[in-house]
Amino acid sequence: MIFVALFAPILGTVDPTAIAARLRTREPSALHWFGTDMLGRDLYSRVLYGARVSLIVGFSVAALSSIGGLAIGLFSGFFRAMDAVVMRVMDGIMSIPSILLAVALMALTRGSVGNVIIAITIAETPRVSRLVRGVVLSLREQAYVDAAITCGTRTPVIVLKHILPNALASIIVQATYVCASAMITEAILSFIGAGTPPFIPSWGNIMAEGRALWQVKFYIVLFPAIFLSMTVLAVNLLGDGLRDALDPRMTKAA
Amino acid sequence: MPDSLPLLEVVDLQTHFRTPDGINRAVDGVSFTVKAGETLAVVGESGCGKSVTAMSLLRLVPEPPGKIAGRILFQGRDLLALTEREMKAIRGKELSMIFQEPMTSLNPVLTIGFQLRETLRLHEKVDRRTAERRAIELLDLVGIPESRRRMSEYPHQLSGGMRQRVMIAIALACSPKLLIADEPTTALDVTIQAQILDLMTDLKRRIGAAIVLITHDLGVVAEVAERVMVMYAGRKVEEAPVADLFRAPKHPYTQGLLGAVPRLGASLLDAESKLLEIPGVVPSLKQRIVGCVFAGRCPHATDICREAMPALDVKAPNHIAACHHAATEPAAA
Amino acid sequence: MSRPLLEVNDLKKYFPIKGGLLGGIKAQVHAVDGVSFHVSRGETLSLVGESGCGKSTVGRAILGLFDITAGQVVLDGKRIDQLSARVLRPLRRRMQVVFQDPFSSLNPRMKVRDIIAEPVRNFGLATSKADLEHKIRAVAELVRLPQDALGRWPHEFSGGQRQRIGIARALAAEPDLIICDEAVSALDVSVKAQIVNLLQELQKQLGLALLFISHDLAVVEHMTHRVAVMYLGRIVEMAPKREIFAAPRHPYTSALLSAVPVPEPATDRRRVVLKGDVPSPINLPSGCRFHTRCPYAFDRCRVEDPELRLSDKDHFVACHLQQPGLAGVAGVAVGQD
Repeated sequence: MIFVALFAPILGTVDPTAIAARLRTREPSALHWFGTDMLGRDLYSRVLYGARVSLIVGFSVAALSSIGGLAIGLFSGFFRAMDAVVMRVMDGIMSIPSILLAVALMALTRGSVGNVIIAITIAETPRVSRLVRGVVLSLREQAYVDAAITCGTRTPVIVLKHILPNALASIIVQATYVCASAMITEAILSFIGAGTPPFIPSWGNIMAEGRALWQVKFYIVLFPAIFLSMTVLAVNLLGDGLRDALDPRMTKAA
Repeated sequence: MPDSLPLLEVVDLQTHFRTPDGINRAVDGVSFTVKAGETLAVVGESGCGKSVTAMSLLRLVPEPPGKIAGRILFQGRDLLALTEREMKAIRGKELSMIFQEPMTSLNPVLTIGFQLRETLRLHEKVDRRTAERRAIELLDLVGIPESRRRMSEYPHQLSGGMRQRVMIAIALACSPKLLIADEPTTALDVTIQAQILDLMTDLKRRIGAAIVLITHDLGVVAEVAERVMVMYAGRKVEEAPVADLFRAPKHPYTQGLLGAVPRLGASLLDAESKLLEIPGVVPSLKQRIVGCVFAGRCPHATDICREAMPALDVKAPNHIAACHHAATEPAAA
Repeated sequence: MSRPLLEVNDLKKYFPIKGGLLGGIKAQVHAVDGVSFHVSRGETLSLVGESGCGKSTVGRAILGLFDITAGQVVLDGKRIDQLSARVLRPLRRRMQVVFQDPFSSLNPRMKVRDIIAEPVRNFGLATSKADLEHKIRAVAELVRLPQDALGRWPHEFSGGQRQRIGIARALAAEPDLIICDEAVSALDVSVKAQIVNLLQELQKQLGLALLFISHDLAVVEHMTHRVAVMYLGRIVEMAPKREIFAAPRHPYTSALLSAVPVPEPATDRRRVVLKGDVPSPINLPSGCRFHTRCPYAFDRCRVEDPELRLSDKDHFVACHLQQPGLAGVAGVAVGQD
């Protein structure tokens, strides 16, 4: 359902940025399914376009912070000498609330979707790297890793063949949770005006704009909020599903 | 022993589990009795249903996915007909259990003393002071030194052997009529195992509780049991007094099992011997097995074994076995 | 006399226990505390003892899975304990391992073929792709894995079959020595017999040396040529099999043997039940490590640590009762019926 929304801008009935002064703050109708906002823009189209931003931010952050976290986690999990230093730095970043960190990073740059992604990625990476490190440390204790060492396997190969494939499942699952939390962070950033610039429709922006009117025109806030919740829920459920599906015991012989 | 009503009578016990790919017949029609004060050992390899049998006796099998059928008559009452509330009153009082890994069955955040006192107060309605005194007596009984000090310690502060002693103390707290011990010494080192086995035999003499001992270790069986029941693939295949079973096993599976165990001191008698192998693996319990459960691995199997399930027949006094051929090869082993 | 295949001299391994804010070392676990022995070609030496006696640590130290605290590991005359990973790697081929847990010892995301191929590739033992396939098939046949096993995943096999895969991986490296770390302990009786027989056949067929680490004395007796009994990080007695099982000289060995339940109900044995638990390897007892549980301990045992001495031909014992002049007493006190 969410992925349909990703390609759905085609389904948008009207240009989401088209301003129609006459049609301001209309109630939901056949023409404007979710009504229009205070500038007369079609809310349905805006919400669909907002899905684009949310999903781009969510998936990009998930991908980038997984790659970053994986690299850092594998490194510190396997080279114990560097472990303490790297992990203290990560702890340091983690001790700052991720929204605050993202707000601060956004303050240093111009508002754009790219910068939002970078800011949230920096805030999310330490969590992923902690998880990866934990997984790597427990995998290292597995007898098959010791067996690989006695079989003369070189360290990089051990990391790639024995550690990484077995760590991947939990990282992918974690990535979905990061994705969901990144969407929320993006919405919050946009809502407080520190995120996606106002001319790009994002759920946070729409809600922020609708906030002033929410007692009379509650639907302006309601629809993006419903979409945000549904998306986050769906992504989290996807994570749970993946965790079960990626269990090696579920793989059948090819 | 006088011919009285047995303490425990299990009739056609069936414990099945529903799984995504079929019904797992973990226990499939097992019947046995335990007389008061007697030790019955249930032996078999992993997956033979011996632990599920023990859990079923206490109705600790999660339902669903599990389902227990048959009759479990304990002192004449059918445990399967009781409400959960009535069952709770019996569990831990007249019928108690010792598990393999004491660390998981003791609560890690409560002191030993608290857990003992709770058991006593729950079932016996005694006051705090009496419970305290009885708890210390119990720790003394199971041979825990400095029992008074141990009362205020937590399970993780004790060694594996000491924890198992505490478990036994809790199990004995309300003077049960029947004690079910599921692999009570498997997780322990041999010297500690020897201590616990000695303790169990000694306590049995003093308290007179009947014991159902679940184990895979034939050595343990030989040391403590009076009667043995051998299980394979969810069914009972043989039952006999311990001496008869070890001297003249009737069922080919029992024979194989005894031959597969290396004997301590055997090398002093003859130089080189090979251990007896039982070829193959245990059949899946998810398919209904036609005929004898052991037919697929049995060296003596013939067509009748694959077609008809052998009945548990009396092959010798007090000695029953489920084998079509056992009678035709009298005491071959 | 030729050199033994493996020599271990005064091996020590202490594990630090870190604590406090600065991660300073609070205490040390004396896992292995001065162990010496050798294994000859084609021979089985068993390390026996209860959990925590350090027997598995010895095995892992020999394999070079961690740095040792002190001592020497000598393989075929060459010291290997100080080598860099690069120099050690080709030598690893000669010593392989089979672990206890058949479930954690195989990578769940590698097919059986790849698991067995790993050492062959790493050590460059195959000349071509066809040769590699040939070698894998030969090893699989050696351990009697079914034909179709190679293309399957580890989780499709039972514990016994997995242990065969583990043995196949070890054999694929064409080693001189296999360290079996409780290799049959987790298996069911009937399957255990299969694997024990397999290991014995392979040893005869390939002339392998085995270091058999186990707590199961009956299996050890069945498998081994010589036995070293460990207690709290030390070898307390080491002798040929017959000597250990017929006439143990250390009180701990006697107690260990008498504690094993024997599947013969009629035998009424005299059992030495040791009191108490094994002391902590962090705070070792003074004097002889066994004196806290020894039924024969006397004053000297509490203060003086006995050395492992030759008490008879090939029979080493670390006990004050075995000192010259006291041998008679010990024979009466410790001897088994």
